Amino acid sequence: MKRLLMLLLCLLPVFGYAGEAKDMAADPVLEKRMIGLAENLRCLVCQNESLASSHAELAEDLRREVREQMKKGLSDQEIIDYLVARYGDFVLYKPPVKSYTMVLWFGPFMLFLVAGGALFYQLRKRRQSVPETDLTPEAQQRAAAMLNNDKENQA
Amino acid sequence: MMRFILPLIAFLVLSVFLYIGLHLDPHEVPSPLIGKPAPAFSLPQLHEPSKQFSAQEMRGKVWLLNVWSSWCVSCKEEHPVLVALAQKNIVPVYGLDYKDKPEDAEAWLAGAGNPYVLSAADREGRVGIDYGVYGVPETYVIDKQGIIRYKQIGPVTVQSLNEKILPLVVELQRK
Repeated sequence: MKRLLMLLLCLLPVFGYAGEAKDMAADPVLEKRMIGLAENLRCLVCQNESLASSHAELAEDLRREVREQMKKGLSDQEIIDYLVARYGDFVLYKPPVKSYTMVLWFGPFMLFLVAGGALFYQLRKRRQSVPETDLTPEAQQRAAAMLNNDKENQA
Repeated sequence: MMRFILPLIAFLVLSVFLYIGLHLDPHEVPSPLIGKPAPAFSLPQLHEPSKQFSAQEMRGKVWLLNVWSSWCVSCKEEHPVLVALAQKNIVPVYGLDYKDKPEDAEAWLAGAGNPYVLSAADREGRVGIDYGVYGVPETYVIDKQGIIRYKQIGPVTVQSLNEKILPLVVELQRK
């Protein structure tokens, strides 16, 4: 009895599969094109999901809208422009390079340059602050002997 | 000394950014429609479906378009504010009943009071898409030339009404 119950419980996840996206277009080619486009667009309701994967009602409506526009023969760019005109650049997962997105696009490179420069400067300063010491010939021999000794010990 | 000051400055700058970030609402997406003509539409009226309401009729008036729905929880929060505003007769409030069942919408207004001159029924949400609606409630301030001047995302509060919407309405009405 217990085993049967366990088995039934193990089978439970079978019913947990994600539902198919609703209202698939009759035309699979168009559906594929729509999904391809929608993957690069943000759902405004659940902002970290794409328009393709979101189950929000608005996302469903927008997918319907995209499908209809594709049927009308609009290009992908025209459809993107249509959505941007209504929802702004925020619908794009890849924001365009504009004056106010400069920091977003080039900020990391600037930070990298600044950090790299600071590191370079620090390293140079440190090398200068630790002067190379001139060893007398005897001291050098002693050092060499010690180093050799060390190597032999290791071997 | 610099060893301590530099990290401290970096930490303070970061703290300021994080502090500002705490008060930003990522759900408030700036609308690209501000300063642009309100999209034209013609929809059946909620209470008299045989009659149409179109945004073009409102030329020459400053008005508010409030997107609402009977299933929307935040709309219930702003509803008393809108009812109080309607009683003052400062600015006409029109409703866009977004993706709603007419019977639910009418029942809700009958119970809670109807602040709208009239509501247009956008059952499929197409007009909503044209207006860039992504979270009900949203409220648009539209001027005499039919230009969208302001968009309130989320419920209208007494504060947002007094600080932003009403001063703007008064200014636009003078023009």
